[in-house]
Amino acid sequence: MVPIEIRDVSLIYDTPGGKVPGVKDVNLNIGASEFVCIVGPSGCGKSTLLNIVAGFLEPAAGEIRIGGKKVDGHGMDRGVVFQDFAQLFPWRTALGNVTFGLEMKGVPKDERERIAHEQLRLVKLDKFTGSYPHHLSGGMQQRVAIARALAYNPSVLLMDEPFAALDALTRDDMQRLLAEVWRETRKTVIYVTHNVSEAVYLADRVIVMTPHPGTVKAEIRIPLSRPRDPLSVEFLDFQKELLRHLGHETGTNEPTKTNGKADA
Amino acid sequence: MQDAVTTIMVDRTLDRSQGGERIRLIARNVFPFVVVGGIWEIIAWSGIFPRRLFPTLEEVAASFVQLTITGILPHHAIETLIRLLTGFALAGIFGVTIGVLMGRSRRAEDIFLPLVSIGAPIPGLAYAPLFLLWFGLGNISAVLLVGFVSAFPIIFNSWTGVKAVKEIWVRSAQAMGADDRRLFRHVILPGALPYILTGLRLGLAQAWRILVAVEMLAAVPWGLGWLIFGARKFLNTDAMLAGIVVIALIGLALEKFVFQKIENYTVVRWGMISS
Amino acid sequence: MTEGGQRQRTLLRGTLSLLAAAAVYEAMARSGYFAPALLPTLPTVARTLVASVADGSIIEHAAFTLYRVMFGFALSVAVGLPLGILMARFSRVEHFFLPLVSALMPIPSFALVPLFMLWFGIGNLTTILIVFYAATFPMMFNTWSGVRSVNPLWLRAAGAMGADEHKLFWKVIIPGASPFIITGMRQAFLRSWIAVVGAEMIAASDWGLGWVIFDAKEFLNTDVMLASLVVIGLIGFMFERFIFGSLERMTVLRWGMMRAAKG
Repeated sequence: MVPIEIRDVSLIYDTPGGKVPGVKDVNLNIGASEFVCIVGPSGCGKSTLLNIVAGFLEPAAGEIRIGGKKVDGHGMDRGVVFQDFAQLFPWRTALGNVTFGLEMKGVPKDERERIAHEQLRLVKLDKFTGSYPHHLSGGMQQRVAIARALAYNPSVLLMDEPFAALDALTRDDMQRLLAEVWRETRKTVIYVTHNVSEAVYLADRVIVMTPHPGTVKAEIRIPLSRPRDPLSVEFLDFQKELLRHLGHETGTNEPTKTNGKADA
Repeated sequence: MQDAVTTIMVDRTLDRSQGGERIRLIARNVFPFVVVGGIWEIIAWSGIFPRRLFPTLEEVAASFVQLTITGILPHHAIETLIRLLTGFALAGIFGVTIGVLMGRSRRAEDIFLPLVSIGAPIPGLAYAPLFLLWFGLGNISAVLLVGFVSAFPIIFNSWTGVKAVKEIWVRSAQAMGADDRRLFRHVILPGALPYILTGLRLGLAQAWRILVAVEMLAAVPWGLGWLIFGARKFLNTDAMLAGIVVIALIGLALEKFVFQKIENYTVVRWGMISS
Repeated sequence: MTEGGQRQRTLLRGTLSLLAAAAVYEAMARSGYFAPALLPTLPTVARTLVASVADGSIIEHAAFTLYRVMFGFALSVAVGLPLGILMARFSRVEHFFLPLVSALMPIPSFALVPLFMLWFGIGNLTTILIVFYAATFPMMFNTWSGVRSVNPLWLRAAGAMGADEHKLFWKVIIPGASPFIITGMRQAFLRSWIAVVGAEMIAASDWGLGWVIFDAKEFLNTDVMLASLVVIGLIGFMFERFIFGSLERMTVLRWGMMRAAKG
């Protein structure tokens, strides 16, 4: 897999109310096969940064290099998973959605269906290959989206709050599944979330961003062994540390951010 | 747009109760017609209106059978259908093309939108005399007018449909390496399909409504509109009513067998509209 | 790319495309290939329009047409609205009318013109009844689906707050169904407008904008025809924009409910 370098990246939004800095002077080095979570409150520029890496937005300054190659627009070296369930194409079955990228690549039909079946097995959906998205639950749809992003074998996986709109129980399952998928595929992952416990559960390293303008405030390494136990003391300590960086006083149980709301 | 929606709703209520109580359902649906038919018969027999103007149902049925056996009614119906389909095909080809273009290109939108917005609010039939003057009485005027008038809803809906394609689909497809051409074929067109189908459906309904009237005005030699208009001269009210029945049946069949089938195969199966 | 610049360009392109269309027409009219009687120049059309407004003839025709359309439309609201509500509230009514409506709806209103001409003669009554026939179905159907789609949560909430049947109806069901009802009125008017012009043409009756257009054809008065087309378009547009547009702004748009009625 490949490393990602983010150099002095800034982006300014041109709104009717004037120029608003989205992200400012962000520098990050992400190692090959590293799982990085970016956490921060709404408006801290975490999604903006992800969209710049994905190539959907162009930075006003700075550059992104993936595996040493400068990013210019979207490319098949990156797979993207969004929060919105609607990201799947409703006119294609689960299998059809997963084969899409391979089809664009020109992979022959038999081959791409074989790969897609494999990917769907990886996310435990091999029984639903022929279903249309509207027959699948939210969690299943997001799993199809993950399989879809992995199918054409990008080296980087970019995920923008993929589980934020799911209920808490489903989200737990999905996090476990994603950790497994990552262990098997060893993609370089950038994962945006506002859910602190999710970040501690998944990441090798957590980046904390703060808004106005969006900048990196802290970086915390999570050296815990996997699979991780969300109820262990160390786990909770990391969670507290993150919350402190985010400006939440610990000790009171008032702003438990652990159950991130599906609002973003 | 409501037209399509409402007709779907009717069918749904009828469909839902299918199954065990089929007979009761049929009886329930037939009952209103029996009541109305009964009232009709009473009025017809009572002689409030002259019988020529208000024939009994038996007379209408007899006339229907006779006109069908002699092949007159089918001939009228076929001529009308050919005109309808020719006009509608024109509208479909031009309407979808213009609408999709408008949705895809800002320039096309700026150019076409004012023209379309000015033409659309004028009732289609109001153009009829103009077309008759320019293209003469007969088939060409009828077909062109039907095509022209039914193109408007098709243009509008295709345009909105393309604009309503979700940004997230476009992004996903781009992330998976779709170029512009394939983005159009694999994402924009299927994404806009529910709207395009609605447009075609409204266009066809519009074409059907206008064609009947156009046939009356354009003095075409055959056609259901002409049949009922001509029947008036000789006070053949029974033939007229038979013609109206055929018109209703064709309208119903177009909706039921053409559009609902297409929708069920595509957008309903995809869950993009509820059935 | 700024919002203002884009808007200016849109305006410019729109104007250019209209001017180009007008220029093409004018060039064709003046080219001499077509008979001037069939393709009058734009100034001629404008002069005819001004003259017919000045001598009041077109206004009189428009007044006749408007009288018929308003009468028929009002009748269709008076029948379609209560019937739609009754159908949605009482399944017996629904079972009785729904099959009838499904059978009658596919009959274009124009198909009934010859029949009505036989029964009711040429003139106001036939035209008004055709308008009524054309407008009632959309009115009824939209009301029906509107009342049925009233969010049951609102009913429960209102019930819990002590609303009785009567209050529930006036304070919850009617406002809740109003996006559909307004859409219904809008469609009903549109249909009325189409129907009135057609009916006036077929059942020619000496008065009304539809009759003017049709009559002008007999005498090759294409300029009169185009001038009346302009008037028909303008009236239809004004009703759509100002009356129904502002009705919507005052109610459902203000309540943020418009999405509910989106087809």
